[in-house]
Parts: sequence; C-alpha cells; structure tokens
Amino acid sequence: MTAPLETASKPSAVQHLGAIALAPVRLVMGLIDRPLRALQRMTGLSGMAIFFLAPNMLIFGIFVLLPLFINFVYSTTGGSALFLPERSYVGADQYQRLFDCSNYLDPLTCQEDAFWTAVSNTFWFVVLQVTLMIGAALVTALILNRNLAARSFWRAVFFFPVLLSPVVVGLIWRWILQRQGLLNFILYPFGVDPYTWLTDRTWSFAAAVGVSLWAHMGFYALILLAGLQAIPKDLYEAADMDGTKPARVFWRITLPLLMPNLVVVIVLALIRSVQVFDEVYILTGGGPGTSTLFITQYIYETGFVSQPRNPGLAAAASILMGLVLVVLTLVQLGLGRRGEKKGKR
Amino acid sequence: MGRAAAFILRRRGGKGWHWTDIVTWVWLIGGLFIMFGPALWLMFSSFKTPAALAEFPPSILPYTSQQVSVEGHDKPLTLYDVTLPDGTTKKLAEVRRIGLFSQMVDPAKPDETIRVNINSRKPVQELSFATENYTGPFVHFDFFRYLWNSVFVTVMATLITLIVNSMAAFALSKYEFRGRSVAMLIILATLMVPLSVIMVPLYSIISALGLFNNLWGVILPTVATPTGVFILRQYMLTIPDELIDAARMDKASEWQIYWRIVLPLTAPALAVLAIFSVVWRWNDFLWPLIVLSRKELYTLQVGLSIYSGELNVQWHFILAMTVVTMIPVVLVFIFLQRFITTGIAGTGLK
Amino acid sequence: MKLRSLLAGATLALLTSTAYAGDVRIMWYSDGVEGEVLADLMKRFMDKNPDIKVTIDNVAFGVIKEQLPVQLEAGHGPDIARVTALKDLSRHWLDLRPLISDAAYWDANFGAQADWMRPDGSNQISGFMTQVTLTGGFANKTLFEQAGVPLPGPDATWDDWAAASKKVADSQQIPFAMALDRSGHRITAPNIAFGANYIGADGKPAPLDKGAKDFITKFVGWTNDGVMSKDVWVSAAGQTYRAAADDFINAQLAYYYSGSWQIPNFATKIGNGFDWVATGSPCGPAACTGMPGGAGLVAVKYTKNPKDVAKVMDYLASEAVVKEFSERTLFIPAHKGILDKGDLNFKTEDPQVKAALDVFVKASKTTAPAAQKMPGWRWADTVYGALVTRVAQVIAGELPLDDAFTRIDSDVATKVKDSGL
Repeated sequence: MTAPLETASKPSAVQHLGAIALAPVRLVMGLIDRPLRALQRMTGLSGMAIFFLAPNMLIFGIFVLLPLFINFVYSTTGGSALFLPERSYVGADQYQRLFDCSNYLDPLTCQEDAFWTAVSNTFWFVVLQVTLMIGAALVTALILNRNLAARSFWRAVFFFPVLLSPVVVGLIWRWILQRQGLLNFILYPFGVDPYTWLTDRTWSFAAAVGVSLWAHMGFYALILLAGLQAIPKDLYEAADMDGTKPARVFWRITLPLLMPNLVVVIVLALIRSVQVFDEVYILTGGGPGTSTLFITQYIYETGFVSQPRNPGLAAAASILMGLVLVVLTLVQLGLGRRGEKKGKR
Repeated sequence: MGRAAAFILRRRGGKGWHWTDIVTWVWLIGGLFIMFGPALWLMFSSFKTPAALAEFPPSILPYTSQQVSVEGHDKPLTLYDVTLPDGTTKKLAEVRRIGLFSQMVDPAKPDETIRVNINSRKPVQELSFATENYTGPFVHFDFFRYLWNSVFVTVMATLITLIVNSMAAFALSKYEFRGRSVAMLIILATLMVPLSVIMVPLYSIISALGLFNNLWGVILPTVATPTGVFILRQYMLTIPDELIDAARMDKASEWQIYWRIVLPLTAPALAVLAIFSVVWRWNDFLWPLIVLSRKELYTLQVGLSIYSGELNVQWHFILAMTVVTMIPVVLVFIFLQRFITTGIAGTGLK
Repeated sequence: MKLRSLLAGATLALLTSTAYAGDVRIMWYSDGVEGEVLADLMKRFMDKNPDIKVTIDNVAFGVIKEQLPVQLEAGHGPDIARVTALKDLSRHWLDLRPLISDAAYWDANFGAQADWMRPDGSNQISGFMTQVTLTGGFANKTLFEQAGVPLPGPDATWDDWAAASKKVADSQQIPFAMALDRSGHRITAPNIAFGANYIGADGKPAPLDKGAKDFITKFVGWTNDGVMSKDVWVSAAGQTYRAAADDFINAQLAYYYSGSWQIPNFATKIGNGFDWVATGSPCGPAACTGMPGGAGLVAVKYTKNPKDVAKVMDYLASEAVVKEFSERTLFIPAHKGILDKGDLNFKTEDPQVKAALDVFVKASKTTAPAAQKMPGWRWADTVYGALVTRVAQVIAGELPLDDAFTRIDSDVATKVKDSGL
C-alpha cells in the first residue's frame, strides 16, 4: 500500500516555499529543544517515546476512544436527556427494540421499521454502488493507462469531483434533477415531459447511487491506475511479441497483477459506502418516504432530530454499524497483508 | 492542425481503429460531459436572475428581461414584445399588471396607455450576468466571516494534525517500548470508525468541555486521525535506522532527530496528509453543523447548508455561494494535482 | 476576533465559551422581513442602553426545530429565542415574572397565550407571541380567471376547492392543483374540520379517530390523483418540515394551504406577478377551521444575564414596539391592548395584503375549540411528527394507509412511554 512516492526524489516549489515559511518554526523548535533534552536525560529513550506519542493519544483518547466507550453505556440507558447522570439504566432494552421484528426481511413487521428500512436500503446501496464503482473505476483506470495525449488533463477530469464537498455535490445534483433542471431540459427534445426525478422512489434511489458514484469514482480509479502503472512494461512487450490477444493479456497479466490494488479498492469502497450520508442527505433528505434513508441518517435523526430524541437508541444502532465497520477494516488489513507478501515474492 | 489531431487521436499501435480506441474516446468524452458538465452548468446558472432560474426550458447562458426608464415613471419598466390585435408586434413597457391584462406604454409615447392580454406579450431578453448573486451573499450572509472561519478551522486543524500525527508516527516507527503494539492495534481498529458512530457521546463531551459553539470544538475531534498516523508511520518505517543512530552518536537530542532528520525526510507523506487534511476539513459539514449555532462561527459549508434549508430556498444566492465555496478546492487541485494524484495512488487514503 | 482566535489557538486556553456581562443573544428565524425589522429595533434599543450588547443569530427554521432542542438539553442555547415548539420545550424557559418591570402589563396583554409557553400548572411568564397566526388557504386568482373558473365562496368545502382547483390546473397546464405544507400542524387543520380530536380524556394523545382518518384518506387520494402536490411531502424523510410556498410563488399551484405568516412573503416575492387572495380555511363536515399558532419570543433559563434579558424582553413587548413591529412585518400581533384599539396601520401599499389580512382576522372567529386547544397541549408536536412521518410514507407508496394509522398510534404511544410521563 505504500509504494514509494515519486515526489520524494525532487524538491519542488512547494518545498522551497515551505522552507521560508518554516523559519519561525525552526526558531521555536530550537527553543523547545533545551527543556526536552532535560526530559530525555530524566526519562531515557522510552520516556521520549511516550512524550512523542502522548499528544496524539490524548486527543485521540478524549475525542474518539472515550466517546466509543460512552456509546456502550449510552446504549444501555433510556430517556431523552443528554448527560449520562440524568439517564436511567434500561439494560438491553434498546437492542431488544431494534431487534423486535417478526420478519427481518420485511421492515414493516419490525417495531423500529425505520431502522430496518435503513439497513435494507444501505445493503442494496452498498451492493449496487460498490459493483458499479469497481467496474467504472477499472474501465477508467485502464483507459487512463493508455498512451493518451494530455493524460494529466483526463486524469483531472475524472478526479475533480472527489475534491468537492458533499454539500456542494448534493446541491449541484439537486439543482440538475429538479423539475426545471438540466436533465429535464436535455430530455425535453426527446419528448420526455418534465419530471421531478427525486420524488420517485426508484429514481431517487438511483440518483443516490449515481451521485455518490460521480463523486467518488475518480478516487478509486486513481488507486487502480497506480497499480496499473506499477506493472512492468516488459511483460506487455513480451506478450505483444508472442502475438497474444489483448483480452488474454488483460486476464492473464493485468488482472492478476492488479489484484492487491483491487482488493484495497473494494474494501475501501465497501467501508465508505456503508457510511453514506452527507451528499444523499442534501440531495433527497432521505425521501421520498424512506427510500433513501440510510443507517447514518437514521442514527442522526434518532439521536438529534426526532421529537423526543432517543440518544440511547441511536447509540445502540451506531454500535451495530461500528461492528460491521470494524469487521470490514480487519478484512482489509488481513487482505492487505497477504497482498503485500505476495507482492514481495 | 492535422498533425495536432493526429497526435491527440493517436491510436493503439497506429494501425487503424481498434474497438478499444472507440471505447476509450466515448468514455473520455462522456466523462468530460458528465464530470465537468454539472459544475459548468452550476457556474452558468449562478449568474442568472431568480426569474431566469425559474424558467423552463432553461437557457444555457444567463438572460434577463430588459428594463427601460420611461418618462413619468420613477422605476424602470420591463420591456415586452407585444403582439397587437392587428397582428403587428411592438416593443412596449409594462406599467402594471391587473389580472389577465397588462397596462403598457410605448416608451416613445409615454402618455398613451394600452391594454394588452398578458398572454400576447413576451419579455425582451438580453444577455446579462447577475453579479448581484455574488455580491448579495457578502452583504446578507456575512460571507467573509464564514470564509475566515473555514480558513481558520482548516489551517489550524491541518497544522495540529501534522504535528501530533507525525510525533506519534515517529514514536511508533522508531522506538521499541511497552504498549507500542497496543497503541498500534487501537489505531488500526479505529481506522474506519466514522464520526456518525460516536456523534451522540462526542456531543456530550464537547458540551462538558465547554467547546460547544467554539471553533475548537470543530477542530480538536478531527486532528488525531488514525489514518494520518498510519500513513506517516508506514513512510517513516522506510527511513533507515542507521541515520538516526549516526545522529545519536553526534549527540543530537531525540527532539532534534525528530524535527531535523525524520520530519524533512517524511516531507512527501506530510504533504499528502496536509493536502488531504485541507480538503477534509474544508469540506466538513455534519459535525460543524452540530457544534456551531452562532452565525459568526459558521463555516462555509454550514452557512451553505443552512441557507439551502431555509423556508424559501434562494437558489440564486445558493448557487453563487456554492461556486465560491468550490473555488479554493479547485485551486488546490490545479496547483497540487501531481501531489494529490500520486499521493492517493501511493497511500490509498481518503 | 482574528487575533483573539489565534491567541486562543496558541495557548489552548479558550476552553470555556465566554459570555460578558451585558451580552444578550437572540436566535431568530424569518419568514419574511421580520429579521431586518428586529435588527432595526435592537439597534435603537442598544443606542438607549449602551451597556447591553444584543447579537441576533439569524438561522433557518430548521435550526430552531432541530438544533435548538439539543442545545437546550445540554444546557446551552441563546438567551432569547423565537420558537414555535413553545410548549414542548417549556421546561427550558426562564420565568420572567420576577424580572420584568410590570408583570400586570404582560398578564393583561399577553395572558391569553401565556399558557402556550409555560410548564403545565405554573403561572410563569416565559415570553410573548411575536405574532399569532392562523392556517388558511391562498388561491392564485389570475389562474382561476384565466381558466374561467369562479372562486369558491367562503363556505366552500375542501371538496369544492379540490374540484375547482383541479379544473384550473387542467385548463392552465400547471403541474398540481393544490398543495399543503409538509407539516403536522398544517394537516391538523383539515383533520379537525373533519371532526378529529387528538386529545384523550386523560390529556394524553388518543388514538386517531374517524375524523382524522377521513381527511388523511382523502388527502392521500388527492395526492394519488395528482390533485394535491406530492412533491413537497416526498422531498424528505422523517419529520422534516418543508413548505410549498415556492411553488405557489412560481404560479405552479392554483390553491395552497399554508397560513397567515406567508402574507408578507407573498407580498414581496409575487409582487405583481399574478393576483392572489387569501380564502380562510375550507370547511369539513365538522367545522370550517384553521389552526391557531404562532411564534413566541421566549427567554432561556440558562442565560447568564437574566436581568439584561428581561430588559430586552420588556422593550420588545412594550406597546409601541409591538405595534411598530407588527405594522412593518405585516404580522397579526398577540397584544390585547393593540388589538382592542384596532388602529394598526399595516405598512403596505398592496391592496391584496390588506384584503388577505382581513380574511384571516375574519377566519379566526370560526376556529374550532379543538383547534384552540392544540397550541397549549404538551403532546401536539409528538402527534404532528408521527403524522408527517407516516403520511409521507403512504404518499411515497411504501406504506398502506391502514398500516400508517396503526403506526401513527404506536409511534405516539412509544414516544409518550419514552418520555416517562
């Protein structure tokens, strides 16, 4: 996963500018050095290690680990109060409520039907979005890897939406898909009556998938592109000499050597699409009905918006989602390690 | 021209069109429209007046109805092409509309009022860029304050991220100590825990710390990124230990080793993390929305989402603000494209 | 600010949000021009009281609805807020009675609505209504004229309006005939007109009765036939509030059911684009009623400067200021003294606005008793939330109507149980 960066070799303008900006920093760093030497004398090397680790772990502890821990406690309490001391212990009630279902495949038979709708929506979203994402990213990477003129321009074209904020992405597409929007304008000459796409259950779900595809595809394409570029050229030259068919080259050389990157991309895409929220929330607000309601939005609305709020239920739901994510992360790390070993061989 | 075209359209092996060439160009041109089109459409739309925005079918370029000042009227009047009952068309200015009829005057003869059915008049359009869409938000929405808040959050968060993450990565890559593997495991396990999972308890922590309605409440929870530590550590592992040992021989302190030897050598990875941190923090939305409720603390994204959620969506302002919000990101992209693309490709993060 | 933030960053000492003596923050949302009027009034106030610094946070209505309750729960929030969920959040309001200069004045002039914003069973003065509102309909008169359809009269029923609007929509090629905001408060008006009563004998929510079911069934039927716009109802999930005012302003609707607070908005946005009239509320079998309501300005009990807050509130509630505020914002005031004198001189040249305000004043006389009770009822927002969530699902076609009725009842029951009361 950590191929050496090509930027390492040559100092760039950015680095020169950095050097000037860093002058005052250098002064401060020098001043700090004296007390730190004293610290080093007192505590030794391992003490210094703790010193270096401490700021990060402190912030991390307060703002990530502590909330994670509190979340477990929250999920065992009820009521709408925000602070733990004011909340009453209810044991596993919140989990029971989430799992109170006569048929898990039909959300309407569940007590918390919105949660199961969100789960099922998220499941289908992940399946569709990741499949399409991998396909589109792979095609894009293969094409960008060709001997194109202005390759960095084309690379920019596909990568550009990745940098836009979810709010901007959501707003752009809401603007395009509305009744007086661009899409209706384009379809108008073909005899399609103006249609409010986002008010249709199927279309709005498709729009959610499409928009997140639009926003993130370039990112995965780039990772794949890097993998393609790392494949030794002579392999292709040899295949060309033997007169191997391009399709065969793809299946026999490209795909197997791209596997490590492909695995990274698949797992990253999975993890990110399970968390889908921002751009869809701006785009559809979760509607129509609950057709684009995803788990993150369910958590947000249960914990913050609905009257009265239920932070305990939100915490329970978020822990379930967290579990799924941890599993996916571990899968990625496991596969990544295997991929690395393979690469070394 | 011919040679340029040949260069741009050069094909696989240079012998005739292969089907992959066709796929390539269809994909590229299609990609150009789909990826750039929406943003361009947004740009054009952001220069339209509210009236032009409501039109269907919409025009690509911003048009607005032409105004004329007519003698005897204080305000400028809107000019229309009117089809008169005798079939001729004439340019008339509308004084007022009453029900189905409109009172109009000929700008040349301002005394004479003509009654016209409103369906037989059409506004005279002219190309004009509604720059007030851009200037308006600066007046009404305290845009500069939002901009400053966004810059402050982005810069501070990025600086702190770089410092604390690189220090932690240094400790985890160059020292043997008890608890190292535990720290590493915690970081790996939380690599992908999103904010939404810990939102509720984090809110109560921020409240308890008094960081509510404070930009630091937005900055601090984001800075200790496990991703950043992970990337920097992986990179630092490639720095040979001999360098550090040599420095220790020269009586360099650990702190000096960190900032004079390890940090400069990690510069490429730091640059990648910096760029990503800038983009992440600039685009952060949900958490600032929860923490900040005073208008002088809003970041651009919060301001934007709040105004888009208002009772009456003022699209003309929102579109213009969206464009402005996009600009820094686009600039970052244009100037640092090489860093970003190679950086992502190398580290696989977002 | 810039320097201060930087210093704070360097020292990391800024761990408490600072409130200086004399700082008063008002969280305010606007439907029309009232934000500007308030800013103007506060500027005058500060000129007279230089020791008090008033800051107005203009926010979207969604922030008041979604973020403010969480902040209050955490013991934060502004010092003064303009709120519609007055009863639901009443435990967070400050009792101004011992702080204001003349409690008798407040009781006499704002006493009628005082119960809407205080905890049940207290005599607290939490604030006052910046405006009283009534839900009601608006018709696009120009569209009706162009279609040659006469406007239904004052006693017209919901069916009459639906039929007439449908004719207009068909002849004028507009996408929908009618629209009703995505709001539980709005849909409650016709529900009550059809005989609904949400309040059970014990003061807690009763299961949906026949009246409510009748109208909701009709309403869903209309959205399926394209008579009623479904766009606004399906544009979000959950309890999110959405108004259809933009569609009416853009002449995409023949008839729009919203409320009196839209008048100033229409006056500025529609201009002379077309002619519009207020119609009051259409009739149902049980009554011809709108829903009373309004926004109140309340003091928050977590304030650090209660005395200054009381001064600001005293100023804003004074007769002259209420009068000027109402005249400039075109809002109907709650102030009894002003209403009794009847000398309000609304600042508008638009005859349509005056006519519309008259219609609403007249319509307020037929408000049903069941509707009068809603603003002061603790569970109103809970029922509204469940109504919006479930009816929207039915309209989106993912929930059968009968299931929605059961769900609304069980949602409300769960929330009542959750609250532990």
